Amino acid sequence: MGATVVEKIFSSRCGRPVRAGEVVMAPVDGAMIHDITGPLAIRNFFQMGGTKVFNPRKVIMLFDHQVPADSITAAENQAFMRTFAGDQGIHNYDIREGICHQVVMEKGLATPGEIIVGADSHTCMYGAAGVFATGIGSTDMGFVLKFGALYFRVPESIRVDVTGRFPRRVGPKDLILSIAHDIGADGATYQAIEFGGDTFERMGMEGRMTCCNMAIEMGAKAGIVPPDRITYAYLEGRRAVSPVDLSPDPDARYVDRRMYDVTDLAPQVAVPHNVDLAVPVKDVAGIRIDQVFIGSCTNGRFEDLAEAAEVLSDNRFSDAVRVIIIPASRDEYLKALRSGLIERFVSAGALVEAPCCGPCMGGAFGLLGPGEISLSTSNRNFRGRQGSTEAKVYLCSPATAAASAIYGEITDPREV
Amino acid sequence: MTMRVWKFSDNVDTDAIIPGRYLIHNDPCVLARHAFEGTRSEFAGQVREGHVIVAGRNFGCGSSREHAPLALTGAGIRIIIARSFARIFYRNAVNVGILPLVCGQADEIPEGAEITVNIEGGYIETGEKRYPIEPVPGFMQNIISAGGLVAYARDLEEVETCTGSQR
Repeated sequence: MGATVVEKIFSSRCGRPVRAGEVVMAPVDGAMIHDITGPLAIRNFFQMGGTKVFNPRKVIMLFDHQVPADSITAAENQAFMRTFAGDQGIHNYDIREGICHQVVMEKGLATPGEIIVGADSHTCMYGAAGVFATGIGSTDMGFVLKFGALYFRVPESIRVDVTGRFPRRVGPKDLILSIAHDIGADGATYQAIEFGGDTFERMGMEGRMTCCNMAIEMGAKAGIVPPDRITYAYLEGRRAVSPVDLSPDPDARYVDRRMYDVTDLAPQVAVPHNVDLAVPVKDVAGIRIDQVFIGSCTNGRFEDLAEAAEVLSDNRFSDAVRVIIIPASRDEYLKALRSGLIERFVSAGALVEAPCCGPCMGGAFGLLGPGEISLSTSNRNFRGRQGSTEAKVYLCSPATAAASAIYGEITDPREV
Repeated sequence: MTMRVWKFSDNVDTDAIIPGRYLIHNDPCVLARHAFEGTRSEFAGQVREGHVIVAGRNFGCGSSREHAPLALTGAGIRIIIARSFARIFYRNAVNVGILPLVCGQADEIPEGAEITVNIEGGYIETGEKRYPIEPVPGFMQNIISAGGLVAYARDLEEVETCTGSQR
């Protein structure tokens, strides 16, 4: 019986064939902590009797949720982590670099075949680099900081094959919203989602990140794209690695197989208050919106901003809408700056903020008041996620967000 | 011991359990004051030690924030019964000392019911009816027996990984 991508990674890291369903104490190649979950993880590490972390070079630390510190408590949390980094010899990217997941990818800290954990649920995004990456809580992270290993139940996999070329102004976000709709908010719980097919073989790393990022929205432990020439081209100049073949065997066993053809896919919007409530944009077109957020680890990369700018063209954003645009990282910000996108957004009436999680974390800034409606390129539309529990969040692609921001109402980007 | 039931529906997410703006706090008692704020606002004021949450599918979905189960421990919750749990929440709950129990018929248990839990017997009981609960997976059982992951890890100098011992 052949192996899935996930089984290949665990087998390779354990040095023996490992099958889905086995529980293994596996070594961890990277452990990411940020300003929200890090303080608890560090306290747990100490309570577990930890004195020195397993390997300071494998601990990734940065602050992205409340930056620059928006309260004295946030400042204290960050100061506590800075001291820990200094004591332990951990490199701390601090508030400089941007959203944790984007930074891990662009610094080449996630490479094919590795097992990486992060104290953040969207850690599954590193699957775009052929990594088994999963989000864990702070106590599990305390354990990892001490031992460099963690119990994993090796998950079964769902294979999602996608064929066809995206139509104009339709892309990976529309695809993953439509997949989440079909699989459901808990349809992949305890499982991994393995993406493939010619659409993924052509898809850039940015789109792969968007799709793997949202695997957790189906309850999945990981989302993963087998590494290929696109993966290694992305890693070139970021980290030297020798290619490994992690392609799933033809006779690999999956719990489910799903086929998609994007040729006729329409732009999608997930309506409140669950991510699996995706509908075609035309079904909700015309709904008035108060705020548009373009950013987050899901859709805050240069390509996302360029997609929004292409739709914006020479238009202005509606005065009835607060448009908040946040590049996912300093690198992405600089790319957008140098190519003139930032100037275009600001001229059109947007607020462009420095790289961070922004309104997606629902605590720092850009919060919604009761009764307000937001359209967001982020990953969650739970009740209260971006502020008041009486507000509504719709999720969409950067193209749909930009089109809607021009008209002040939910708008199909193909009609702009 | 009978326990009063707080009943919840499917897909209760961690943003509902503890909103993002309170994640700067790490103290379970402080977090507990804001548990279910805005979605079930009477909870924080009325929940008592030994009350139990009963929910539908996918309880605790969303963020990996351990502040969610911590807020519930601060509120006195020691047991959550659901048709199913989101994966990260399930582990976090065990790690902080909450026992997550899977019960396929959780939907049948009403709000305000008084229930007893018999873990060894593998069932929960309302006045007139018994509902089977699934056994806790073996490797999680060790952590629960130790009194949570912190206690489990405190006594360990090294762990045996699939590649050999580490640390």
